Amino acid sequence: MASSVTPPKSKAEPKVISRTSSDLDADYKWGFTIDIESEVIPKGLNEDVVRLISQKKGEPDWMLEWRLKAYRHWVKQDYREPTWANIQHPPIDYQDIIYYAAPGSKDDAPKSLDEVDPEILEAFDKLGIPLAERERLAGVAVDAVLDSVSVATTYQDMLEKAGIIFCPISEAIKNHPDLVKKYLGSVVPFADNFYAGLNSAVFSDGSFAYIPPGVRCPIELMTYFRINQADSGQFERTLIIADKGSYVSYLEGCTAPARKTNQLHAAVVELVALEDAEIKYSTLQNWFPGDKDGNGGVYNFVTKRGICKERNSKISWTQVETGSAITWKYPSVILKGDNSVGEFYSVALVNNFQQADTGTKMIHQGKNTKSTIVAKGISAGKGNATYRGLVKINSGAQGAKNFTQCDSLLIGDQCGAHTVPYIEVKNSSAQVEHEASTSKVSDDQLFYCQQRGISVEDAHYMIINGFCRDIFQELPFEFAMEAGQLLKVSLEGAVG
Amino acid sequence: MTQTATKISNYEADYQAIREQRAASNPAWLTQLGDQAWTRFTELGFPTARRGNERWKYTNVAPIANASFGLSSDLVAGSDHESELRRAAPWDDEWINLVFLDGRFSKVLSNLNASDSGNGRILVNNLAEAINSGAANLEQLLAKHVKFQEDGFAALNTAFLGDGAFVQVPDGSVLQSPVNLIYLTSTSNQPTVCYPRTLVAVGKGAQATVIESYVGIKSGALNPEYFTNAVTEISLAEGAILDHYRVVSEAKQAFHVGTSRISQGHDSVFSSASFAIGATLARNDFEVLLDGPGASCNLNGLYLTADAQHMDNLISIDHAQPHTSSQLNYKGILDGKSRAVFGGQVLVRKDAQKVSAHQSDKNLLLSSQAEVDSKPSLLIYADDVQCGHGATAGHVDKDSLFYLRSRGLDADTASRMLVHAFAREVIETVKVEPLKQFLDELFLEAIPETGLKLGGAA
Repeated sequence: MASSVTPPKSKAEPKVISRTSSDLDADYKWGFTIDIESEVIPKGLNEDVVRLISQKKGEPDWMLEWRLKAYRHWVKQDYREPTWANIQHPPIDYQDIIYYAAPGSKDDAPKSLDEVDPEILEAFDKLGIPLAERERLAGVAVDAVLDSVSVATTYQDMLEKAGIIFCPISEAIKNHPDLVKKYLGSVVPFADNFYAGLNSAVFSDGSFAYIPPGVRCPIELMTYFRINQADSGQFERTLIIADKGSYVSYLEGCTAPARKTNQLHAAVVELVALEDAEIKYSTLQNWFPGDKDGNGGVYNFVTKRGICKERNSKISWTQVETGSAITWKYPSVILKGDNSVGEFYSVALVNNFQQADTGTKMIHQGKNTKSTIVAKGISAGKGNATYRGLVKINSGAQGAKNFTQCDSLLIGDQCGAHTVPYIEVKNSSAQVEHEASTSKVSDDQLFYCQQRGISVEDAHYMIINGFCRDIFQELPFEFAMEAGQLLKVSLEGAVG
Repeated sequence: MTQTATKISNYEADYQAIREQRAASNPAWLTQLGDQAWTRFTELGFPTARRGNERWKYTNVAPIANASFGLSSDLVAGSDHESELRRAAPWDDEWINLVFLDGRFSKVLSNLNASDSGNGRILVNNLAEAINSGAANLEQLLAKHVKFQEDGFAALNTAFLGDGAFVQVPDGSVLQSPVNLIYLTSTSNQPTVCYPRTLVAVGKGAQATVIESYVGIKSGALNPEYFTNAVTEISLAEGAILDHYRVVSEAKQAFHVGTSRISQGHDSVFSSASFAIGATLARNDFEVLLDGPGASCNLNGLYLTADAQHMDNLISIDHAQPHTSSQLNYKGILDGKSRAVFGGQVLVRKDAQKVSAHQSDKNLLLSSQAEVDSKPSLLIYADDVQCGHGATAGHVDKDSLFYLRSRGLDADTASRMLVHAFAREVIETVKVEPLKQFLDELFLEAIPETGLKLGGAA
């Protein structure tokens, strides 16, 4: 298939995801497909497929065993997806999905960046992902994952010097089995939930990062996920370990071609922060949201969880969710170490027929643990956004503190905004505060802006940008610029 | 996951007996209603399966399902309880007082102030008599707002529907005296169950005050468990105003499940305050339907739990029409190993524009073993709305405590004072003076002393 849109390039713009945001056409700009040779396996899922995936990745036996265990557990659930979320979709036929798609065949895998299929490089170039290392200015180490495999990881040398391991997880399984064995599934076990189980059985690639003790990662690490193959699902697995006293900032971006059918994306992300370590995880999720009539789009069913395993550690999730037909995602933090800190900053935007059921879980186990949740929901068109969050203070969490703020903005009278917080407190010394508000863009504010000569549309964007400011501030600078633009593009047609 | 099956057979014999009586004397529609409800109950059972059941997420009703409760058979002479009753429940001789003993109307204990009820216009009666005398509109009013098809407890109550209160205020009438409904359980020697039913219909532009109290008193040496399965249906016609109070002060070993459904018409105003103390497991399932533009409700609540008590409040407000407003303010004080659950749901339906809704649930934890589970949700399908909610859980404020102590109060007195002030905010909303006093004393007495030392002195 030829690309339907070829976005113009401009050097002045930040280069991450919303390449052509200056062009205010509401069409999904990342919807092109590339025509490359792909190696795909037949549709369907059974034990042989799991074995085949494992074999294709050349995995050791222990990994295959782990996958099979996960698969056998998943099969027992008899395709019964969780139904508690406020989302609607026709039943997914798990036998009608391609579980493995790789560009090119394994035998002639590229040894270096120069050998990567130029078509692929061009695709990522089109997306604004700087795979070529000459683009030093970008200052981001990227692991690019196309369909089921990682195609390129940049800045390897620089990272190696610092002792940082940043590679596709398939390589980590082979080269760093001790780390993988120790931590894979330790935060999100395969029995955790339906989609995590499915992912554990069939995950094909993803990123692995290990930051050694006392190292502050010199550049941002980034994984860019792209689904290209039709009818395929993407099941990536990310594992990040920050050893004692280390720091890492990790970015994640995603897009997919515009297709009429729904595609499944069921990822698992695990973060482990040891003593005094800090992990900052930022996501710009821009999977194909479906067209204006709600056709197509990605089902984004993701399990993300981090554990502050030892004292004084910190995990911070920042997410901007503008894409996907359906988002089902609850990045969580288990605050196990004393004095550990968990943060969750989120903007979830739904337009047209999009649905989002997203939020977080903060599980306080250690003493003097603190968590902050700031969630902003924007509903437009016929979209429905739900914030669903759990704050749990266990009996041992002396002096734990939580502050939660959830605000929802409604644009148009066909959309819905819902807030479903769960607060469970088992310790009397804890202090938990939750507040939420829901309203539309204030007429007074709009009037004020218009009176000063700002058009209705611009006034809306200004107010919405202000509404999301708290979150954008948490994003790395370039991402923040992108996020603002992405919001603007996603809302096109809904305001003014 | 283990699931406790409801022992339907426990209730079977009682039901057949009731049915026979009913068939002999009651109108056919009531027998039919009872049959439908019974059949539904046999299908539903009690909601012991909690997985995926958001309404019962934090409350386990297995103790109710496992016990074998029967209807109270030994009739106690009501007059024996008069002095205890005055202590245990709110009372004023000026009020219209209806007392139900173990589910049956007690004429001896009641005091139907003739001045108001006897004028032939305003009707305050017990349901059994209303049924027997063939009250004309009963069929239209009964079981219209409580959907027993969806709820095992409501179905069981409807199946056993026999007695309760029937308050009907005709259009334009103003009921001067509060109607005081007391459902009294005298714990006898075996585990008993009663099924109080309250039906309140306030006509166009009419006004009334209704107090519902559920109390338990001791009689006999044993203290067996007992179960109160209450259902209340309230309807407010256009422009009606109702002040409603609900007091649950059951005995320590009691199970209480109360299901209240309120339906409000155009421009009606419903104010409610719910107070709960006592009972080993209490559930207050309260749902308000704002079914006419301009309707508003103001719901307040206060609960105090100690020991191993479990208190569950599930408050739902359905904004079905535009220009409706709701205010919800619940507060909890938890001590011992008790657990409080708050589930609040505000639903704003599509096209219900210009809605304002505010929810608040505040909890004070006095003991390190107490647990609170709060879930105040907002489901909003209209855009021109002002909605918000807040929930907090914490200990007595240390700064306030320090302030009082620096002025010479000891830690216990200071924290008692703060806890009392916390409770007062809700008690202050009571507009009926004798009731306010009664509640203030009830709660002041119940504020625990020991629990405060934990964090209070720090």
